[in-house]
Amino acid sequence: MGLTMDVQKENSMIKQKQMLSDHFMALSQVKETGKKVAYTFVPGNLTELITAFDMLPVYPEINSLQSGMRKKSGDFIREAEDVGYPEDVCSYVKCDIGMMLQGNIGPTDQLLPSPDILLLSYTGCFVFMKWFENLRRLYPHAEIAMLHIPYQADGRVDPAAVKYIKDQLTKDVIPKFEKVAGKRLSDTVLAECLSRSAVAEDLLMNVFESARHKPSPIDAYFGGVYYIGPIFTSFRGSPACVGYYEELWKEVQYRIAHKLGPITPDGAITEEKYRLVVEGPPNWTNFRDFWKLFYDHGAVFVGSTYTRVGGLYDYGFRHSPDDPLGSLAEYCLGCYTNRNLPQRIELIEKFITDCDADGLVINSIKSCNSFSAGQLAMMRDIEERRGIPVGFIETDLVDPRYYSYSNIKNRLDSFFQMLEQRKELQPRARVIA
Amino acid sequence: MIVYLGIDLGSTTSKAIILDPTGEIIGRGITNTRSDYNVAAEIARMEAEFNSRFSLLRRRVEADGGSPVEWARIFDLLDSRFHFLQYLSRHERLATAMTDSIKHDSSRADLAERLQAALQQTLEAIRTRFFDGQVNSTSQFFRDLFSATFMRMIDKFDRLTFDRLVSVYDRSINPVENQIISFDFAELTERSLELMPAETGIVWPLIRKYLREVAAISLDPTDYIGTGYGRQLLPFEEKHIKSEILCHALGAHDYFPETRTVLDIGGQDTKAIQVDEHGLVTSFQMNDRCAAGCGRYLGYIADEMSISVSELGPLAMAADHETNICSTCTVFAGAELREHLNLGERKENVLAGLHLAIVQRAFALLARSGGARNEFTFTGGVARNAAVVKYVSNMTRTNYGELTINLHPDSIFMGALGAAIFGLRRKGAHA
Ligand code: SF4
Repeated sequence: MGLTMDVQKENSMIKQKQMLSDHFMALSQVKETGKKVAYTFVPGNLTELITAFDMLPVYPEINSLQSGMRKKSGDFIREAEDVGYPEDVCSYVKCDIGMMLQGNIGPTDQLLPSPDILLLSYTGCFVFMKWFENLRRLYPHAEIAMLHIPYQADGRVDPAAVKYIKDQLTKDVIPKFEKVAGKRLSDTVLAECLSRSAVAEDLLMNVFESARHKPSPIDAYFGGVYYIGPIFTSFRGSPACVGYYEELWKEVQYRIAHKLGPITPDGAITEEKYRLVVEGPPNWTNFRDFWKLFYDHGAVFVGSTYTRVGGLYDYGFRHSPDDPLGSLAEYCLGCYTNRNLPQRIELIEKFITDCDADGLVINSIKSCNSFSAGQLAMMRDIEERRGIPVGFIETDLVDPRYYSYSNIKNRLDSFFQMLEQRKELQPRARVIA
Repeated sequence: MIVYLGIDLGSTTSKAIILDPTGEIIGRGITNTRSDYNVAAEIARMEAEFNSRFSLLRRRVEADGGSPVEWARIFDLLDSRFHFLQYLSRHERLATAMTDSIKHDSSRADLAERLQAALQQTLEAIRTRFFDGQVNSTSQFFRDLFSATFMRMIDKFDRLTFDRLVSVYDRSINPVENQIISFDFAELTERSLELMPAETGIVWPLIRKYLREVAAISLDPTDYIGTGYGRQLLPFEEKHIKSEILCHALGAHDYFPETRTVLDIGGQDTKAIQVDEHGLVTSFQMNDRCAAGCGRYLGYIADEMSISVSELGPLAMAADHETNICSTCTVFAGAELREHLNLGERKENVLAGLHLAIVQRAFALLARSGGARNEFTFTGGVARNAAVVKYVSNMTRTNYGELTINLHPDSIFMGALGAAIFGLRRKGAHA
């Protein structure tokens, strides 16, 4: 049984790996193939639009996080600081700029092409704007298109906002893409992409919602960052993307049927002791170390907000070929980074309820001023409303200087003991049969 | 007898608490944390054990003695003699180590005789100074007491002698401090009785009547828990170790069941803890990256000003206003302090400003954790500092209104107490 399972697990992993290496290969060959390149951000990304033009997307945050995982970010950040970026600037930005300054060699050790267009989809974080302002200085010949997404201040998708975004798309973004691509947008191709997106999105939601099972077959945070890989990056809307999620969902179903816990770098979790929800991205520089701090205690994440940064499907939104631009607009409006604090709290509460979680962890990011700002208020709100223990830790995305193992461990030790105490009050066995 | 032991290995002090099966504290022990953490823990435990025996002894004589004796005073006196004798043994060991150190230092053989004479003269003077009733379980530790007196006394010698003696002391104190000296409770108590004022002679027979019995009681803990900054270094199994956050909360809850917020300003870190009606922690915030909001800050300032930590509070209380200290960094605060002094500011005022600064830092952390809710308990080593207490009380009132603020003379023992209660609560389970 174990063998079958391992093979199945590897299938989706292998698929994703292959997809990534194909993508970076294609990026390294644009000189030969003549393909055009768009740099853009993950939150509210317009991947279908980019692929409909047969262009290749590059996501600077993804490159930064990959550099973090490959232990290169420290170097890149120093490089950026050398040219004058101060200490408290978002470490994604510094890592990305440092990488470009050192020759723009990407995560697969292949040269990344310069952008033909910078598509700035501005969703919630002001830093995005400054980031591309700086990229523009590095790539003065790139076309620049800005898509302004109004913040969901009153917690709903405003039809006027949808219209505002559609107008920007038709009047500015699409014409600029047509100019760079040298061809007109094909409505049919875009619609096909969007239909495939919806299929993949359904499958991804099946995977995420499987965390409601006990034991949870997935880790919605550390595993989750792999699950969102294809959908939030270069692949949404492609047949390969649908194929990946079909494979993944098959594996997860197998795990549900056999009551298997999620797989960690040290093997599958055999006893699910704590079910946790988490707010904030993971730390990338010490990803495994960080993960281990949790799975060593039998802690499984059943919900994470970070895996909704690219877009949010939990309330029913799916891309739709029926109203292509309208659905792109709604997608951008709805991604996690564009939501207000009450909406963020609501989502966390939904995870806690749906998945019957024992506690909440907040990983506050030292250099991300944008999303760390409201976290303490969110924490207090949830604590008061739900009465569950909240553990607050601080790390950084890709700046290794801000990862202090002993400080995090010390806090988590206390947090796990807090959870343990509650369990002693209301014992619930979760031993996997 | 059945007892539960809690040990809190802090960065500056190590504390131990012994509980009887009803949860009543029968013994408290405290010592300075030293480089060998196990020795620190063991000495704190021994102190708590002796202290327990005195409690048990007192329970018996009180139940027996029909006469209206002031047992509290008698036992204070006894405790003071008991500690004096312990200090004396340490003193002798240190004296030997220092004498040997001069003997074996061949680099300045020409000085040896002069140094030995100066040393012996000083040691003799310190030896007699110990016994002035100031020594007891809660006063300063041997190291502090000795070094303060020693430094003051050798100041009168010439520069060279002074420097050599300082280095002799530095070389000798650590090895001596990291030794465990075992004492026989009954014997030491007997010797202590001999040193008591003659007028107390009337109660000695009653004490002696129970002494052997109490000395023979086994106080091996039924269960024990270690906590604190150095808990991972204790030679305890995982199940005997608990986070200090939970222990502090539980200790505070035990004294003050209505407590919902605990602020602990420790040596190396500051913690703001929110706790529920069962003493369970609901959330906490910790300042563990910067010393500017914790006890070490005051230690650093004391070093800068060449005064002892215990003098800081009283001096700051004598201020007429608080000098505005901007620096949020421990190291830079030193420079700022010197600058203010050079500009002619009174040192009391500068110290008051520094005390205020550390409390402001701690309150920023408290705010992060959700603020102070009823009742608010303030604990940790610095809760003994009157100026810190003053600013904590003021800021609590200004920021959170008229809250009940709990302070307890035992506040330094909260972590150890919580640890012991954890042991008690799971009685039977892991014994
Ligand atoms: S949201 Fe945070 S991590 Fe992302 S760009 Fe903004 S500051 Fe950087």
